[in-house]
Amino acid sequence: MSIMKQRLSGWGRYPVHETYVARPETNSDLKKLLTNDSVANWIAYGLGRSYGDTPLNENGGTIITTKLNRFLSFDEKTGILECEAGVSFKEILDVFIPRGYFLPVTPGTKFVTVGGAIANDVHGKNHHVEGTFSQHVLDFTLLLASGEVIRCSRTENAELFWATVGGIGLTGIILTARFKMVPITSSYYNVHYQRARNFEEALRLFRESDDQYRYSVAWIDCMSKGGSLGRCVLMRGNNAPAEQVKAKNPLPILHKTKLAIPFDFPSFVLNKLTIKAFNSMYYRIHPKDSHKLVGYESFYYPLDAIHQWNRMYGKRGFVQYQAVFPPETCHEGLKEMLERLSGSNRSSFLAVLKSSGEQNEGLLSFPKKGYTLALDIPITDESLFPFLRSMDELVLKYGGRVYLAKDSTLSPEHFREMYPRYKEFQAIRNRVDPNGIFSSSMARRLKIVEA
Amino acid sequence: MENVLILGATSGIAQAIARQLAARGVNLILAGRSVEELDRLAGDLRVRFNCSVMTKKYDAVPIDAHQAFYESCKASVGRLDGVILCYGYMGDQRKAQNDGLHAKEVIDVNFTSCVSILHVIANDFEQRGSGFICAISSVAGDRGRQSNYVYGSSKGALSLFLQGLRNRLAKSGVSVLTVKPGFVDTRMTYGQSGLFLVAKPEKVAADIIRAIEKKKNVLYTPFFWRWIMLIIKLIPESLFKKLSL
Repeated sequence: MSIMKQRLSGWGRYPVHETYVARPETNSDLKKLLTNDSVANWIAYGLGRSYGDTPLNENGGTIITTKLNRFLSFDEKTGILECEAGVSFKEILDVFIPRGYFLPVTPGTKFVTVGGAIANDVHGKNHHVEGTFSQHVLDFTLLLASGEVIRCSRTENAELFWATVGGIGLTGIILTARFKMVPITSSYYNVHYQRARNFEEALRLFRESDDQYRYSVAWIDCMSKGGSLGRCVLMRGNNAPAEQVKAKNPLPILHKTKLAIPFDFPSFVLNKLTIKAFNSMYYRIHPKDSHKLVGYESFYYPLDAIHQWNRMYGKRGFVQYQAVFPPETCHEGLKEMLERLSGSNRSSFLAVLKSSGEQNEGLLSFPKKGYTLALDIPITDESLFPFLRSMDELVLKYGGRVYLAKDSTLSPEHFREMYPRYKEFQAIRNRVDPNGIFSSSMARRLKIVEA
Repeated sequence: MENVLILGATSGIAQAIARQLAARGVNLILAGRSVEELDRLAGDLRVRFNCSVMTKKYDAVPIDAHQAFYESCKASVGRLDGVILCYGYMGDQRKAQNDGLHAKEVIDVNFTSCVSILHVIANDFEQRGSGFICAISSVAGDRGRQSNYVYGSSKGALSLFLQGLRNRLAKSGVSVLTVKPGFVDTRMTYGQSGLFLVAKPEKVAADIIRAIEKKKNVLYTPFFWRWIMLIIKLIPESLFKKLSL
């Protein structure tokens, strides 16, 4: 099987690293790679939707997993689906929506693989009630550095299960997984849109009524200041029953990929003024309080409709910064973060605020009880990096942490403070991969593994 | 199209064809060397499409087993409406230049075995007076080039064979389709340098199925390869031999 030298990046298109890429189509080809002497170590790369250097491996090897994408079995009675880890959420939806099943948890894009969803322990709009994707995974099989394949669940190799959940690919390569799909009678959602004049009002609404909605998120205008600091539009809803959807087919697959960004936008397209105008317009087009029936595509995946939207940020790319604050400090934490952002000369085109449920046992899993804020920040110049460093300090001050799936700049010291269980993770990893067959740019940057 | 046999079903193009046929409710027999891989594919198709798929071990090179293989396919489904031959072996041009056995291996897989199995099938279809035969050749068979002329000549021979077979079967209502794909993003081409206009296997598969239904004779896919190859074929030999293609 060929191995190709290539420059790869994550979705933020920063950083870009040179790596040796292989794309195995069979399990035996995959296993052969691990004993290939010409490449020092490997990391799995699915659909490249994590933003930073999580799936990158500078000067090492990268295994593209998208051709290891077979469905293995589906049990109509229990809704349990077993598939290979390279299967994408899009493929799952295409096959199972018409049969009346939806993913238990999905992030804001359907272009992620099952393996990536486990390795980054992804969450979605229902985290406050249903936790992360991995919490719906019954078990998975893992290819270890030794070439051995083992099954991991909450009862079998449980330690390795919780190290692999959120373990950014460092324990091995996830081959297959079994998880429970959710029955639906329609692929539409009843969405309640509410404007909140500032983030305090948003937090109040979240606290008061989030238990009425299985799916909940707020889009936040982070250009606003003063009394409107953090004004936002809450979008919360529930799956609609078939009776309510007055359509012949209540379970349509909706593909909205109509637009594409054909080239890198010049960096001046997204500047402070255009972002401000967009944010202001977005706030105003939503009425103060309204209900609407929307398809799953517009509800979950609004950006999937624009192919390669990451090109909007120009050639230098962007960083996505996502932090979670505990309930006790979220008020001050969010306030200071939003003030710093709107006070600095930076702007975030899209910002999302969401309430987050209890954390799980994943050793490097991101979500924990509180509120999470995600920001897209274009990379304009080098001064962004010290700014992000100061944001990390702010997050730590309030007892929060940042999401590794989106990170590309965190320091090893800050990482350790944010993820206090990293030592347990390292111990397990050193046991299953003593020779460092699995490594990544992120793992070396954060000193999770030795460089 | 009810029952279709796919030879070399683990190839990238074959997998895409199998998915598209299964989606239309065609019953499939997937044949190839690795039963483990075939079963993995078949399981996938069953979950995706609730369809009927069977797997059979098929070895191309030992041709004396071909007749029995075909009989067992027929016995399992009753009647075969068509066959799509998708396997091929690129080999290593350099190695083939110095190792006659390696060159023979390439020729045996890409040409000799196809002659054998397709004759077994063609004889049956001819007698019955119906069916389609589709085989994947290559644009590399249109003109010999120094970089891969062993593979190229084996595919060129296959194209010529299919042309003759088509001529023979025309009067019995059996269609024969020669497919000449350009560069397709599969395991065979992954990591090779100097590729351009690389097509997705899904697109190539859709083209092939459409051409089978329309009873086309020769399909270049994607279509522009017809024109690219026309130009390449038009270059005078006196000039062509000096080029490094």
